[in-house]
Amino acid sequence: MPLRKTTGEKIFTVFNYVFLGILAFISLLPILNILAVSFSSKTAASTGQVGIWPVEFTTKAYEFVMGNKIFFKTFFVSVKRVMLGVPINLAVIIPAAYALSVNKKFKFRSAITWFFIVSILFSGGLIPLLMTIQWVGIIDTIWALVLPLAAPVYYIIIIMNFFKALPSELAEAASMDGATHWQILARVYIPISKPAIATILLLCFIMHWNSWFDGLLYINNPSDYPLQSYLQTIIAPSTDLAQMSKNPEQYKLFELVSERTVKSAQIFLATIPIMAIYPFIQKNFTKGLVVGAVKG
Amino acid sequence: MDTVKPKKDSLKKPLLARIRDNPNKSLYVMLLPAVIITLIFCYVPMYGIIIAFQNFKPVRGMFGAQEWIGFTNFSYIFSMPDFYMALKNTLIISSMKMALGIIVPVTVAILLNEVRISAYKRAVQTIVYFPYFISWIILGGIMIDALSPTTGIVNSIISFFGIEPVYFLANKSAFPWVLIISEVWKNYGFSMILYLAAITNIDPGLYESAIVDGAGIFKRMRFITLPGLAPMIALMAVLSIGQLLNAGFEQVFTLLNDSVVETGEIIDTLVYKMGIGSSMYSMSTAVGLFKSLVSMTLLSFAYYVAYKKADYKVF
Repeated sequence: MPLRKTTGEKIFTVFNYVFLGILAFISLLPILNILAVSFSSKTAASTGQVGIWPVEFTTKAYEFVMGNKIFFKTFFVSVKRVMLGVPINLAVIIPAAYALSVNKKFKFRSAITWFFIVSILFSGGLIPLLMTIQWVGIIDTIWALVLPLAAPVYYIIIIMNFFKALPSELAEAASMDGATHWQILARVYIPISKPAIATILLLCFIMHWNSWFDGLLYINNPSDYPLQSYLQTIIAPSTDLAQMSKNPEQYKLFELVSERTVKSAQIFLATIPIMAIYPFIQKNFTKGLVVGAVKG
Repeated sequence: MDTVKPKKDSLKKPLLARIRDNPNKSLYVMLLPAVIITLIFCYVPMYGIIIAFQNFKPVRGMFGAQEWIGFTNFSYIFSMPDFYMALKNTLIISSMKMALGIIVPVTVAILLNEVRISAYKRAVQTIVYFPYFISWIILGGIMIDALSPTTGIVNSIISFFGIEPVYFLANKSAFPWVLIISEVWKNYGFSMILYLAAITNIDPGLYESAIVDGAGIFKRMRFITLPGLAPMIALMAVLSIGQLLNAGFEQVFTLLNDSVVETGEIIDTLVYKMGIGSSMYSMSTAVGLFKSLVSMTLLSFAYYVAYKKADYKVF
């Protein structure tokens, strides 16, 4: 039997709903604004009339981006990087997490654990890492974007904690029946850890899709950049759009768009993959992450 | 019978066969890729730190013979005004981010916990952590656009109230606040997940008996929800100490410009500027080493305290 609310509590409840609604709106405001700007006319955008709804609706900015070869080229570098990087991540993370979660002493176990702990406590820094990438000989290749991120220790920990939280009888029973570690991992652990693995898959996807600084450092030719590194070069205020459009066809279009609408269109397009996987994040996240991150 | 004493048999096996039949062999194989990757991309760079003590010239070879100059780079750095400026900015920006990065998600989690319509609750929760998944390049692009003094939406709103437009990204005193607020805005929804999970672990019986005793919403928030969150708040506060020198490289790098260097330059951007911008490889690595050492001390301390007080284990 809930207590009858006092006037103060009623006011609070109304205020609370409104306030949280506003917070949610503020979280979406910038992306809505960008979307609106990208579909607005040059004049509307450059005089700052656009809020969250397009003014003088036009798709010219998108037509301009469609004709921009470097946008597509870098977009596909990013796609390639995700297609290579994420499976490698899973193949490295899951077995390592399993081996560390096994409730059994094996030789070098604590040495290996410390090996990983030290790697998160201390880092060589910018220049030594760059030198290492050069020394390995993967500079200017897609591997410079994939391999350094292949074994994210925090994600190994999340999966390891998830595995540790599983009832140990499962592995014991399987091992009694003669199952090897690989069989236990593949047939017992992976099938019941889908939410955690899905979480890691999404986090790795986002890590690879969103990385841009490595592209800037390890790739010398801007036309081989991943998409986000390319975006870094265009968001600087002084980008010259005319340079992007060498052919006359493009140049005509250029007169109809502004730097601002084209920038907005590209920013919005780069966000689409994140939005596409967002429902899956939503579904798996709380389940998979909280267990792995908090339980010690 | 050869099946009677299998143990002795295995001892007689040659080394290769012993490795083959080691029951833990597959565990090592499972760890191998992660170990190799970590070795190459974390430990080789650690070795590369030696260039902080050298006068490094790339022409002499990547890990080739270099001229050793001891602590010369360090004494140069510690006499450099830019270094102290960057250190000060880093401390100010990151400690404000740490404080608000706890206060804001805790407050919103407590407020969200009072929402009774679960669809509304879930909708708000889902929306507010959206910005967490967007890269700083994209958000930086959006912010440069939104904070523009002529066309930006923020200044449109401000001037609606009759206030003069502010060029936030070129204003020395506003810039650190832009960094702090935008970081908190980006991340609070995500941090909130942990606090909301901690709230669900609070015994519902406490709320029931509080209602019976006549405690209203405010008293329940103050005396049940907040104390229930206290251990998680303490844990997060302790762990964040380890990040004291991380003021957010990707964010600052994206937004930093010449007019706000004085209040916006942080250690990480200084390392980049010296190393990549000015090709002062050894000097840049020395600054990085200083940061790594302090960070390692803070992080070890944070993990140790979290382990002792909250039984929190990294591994």
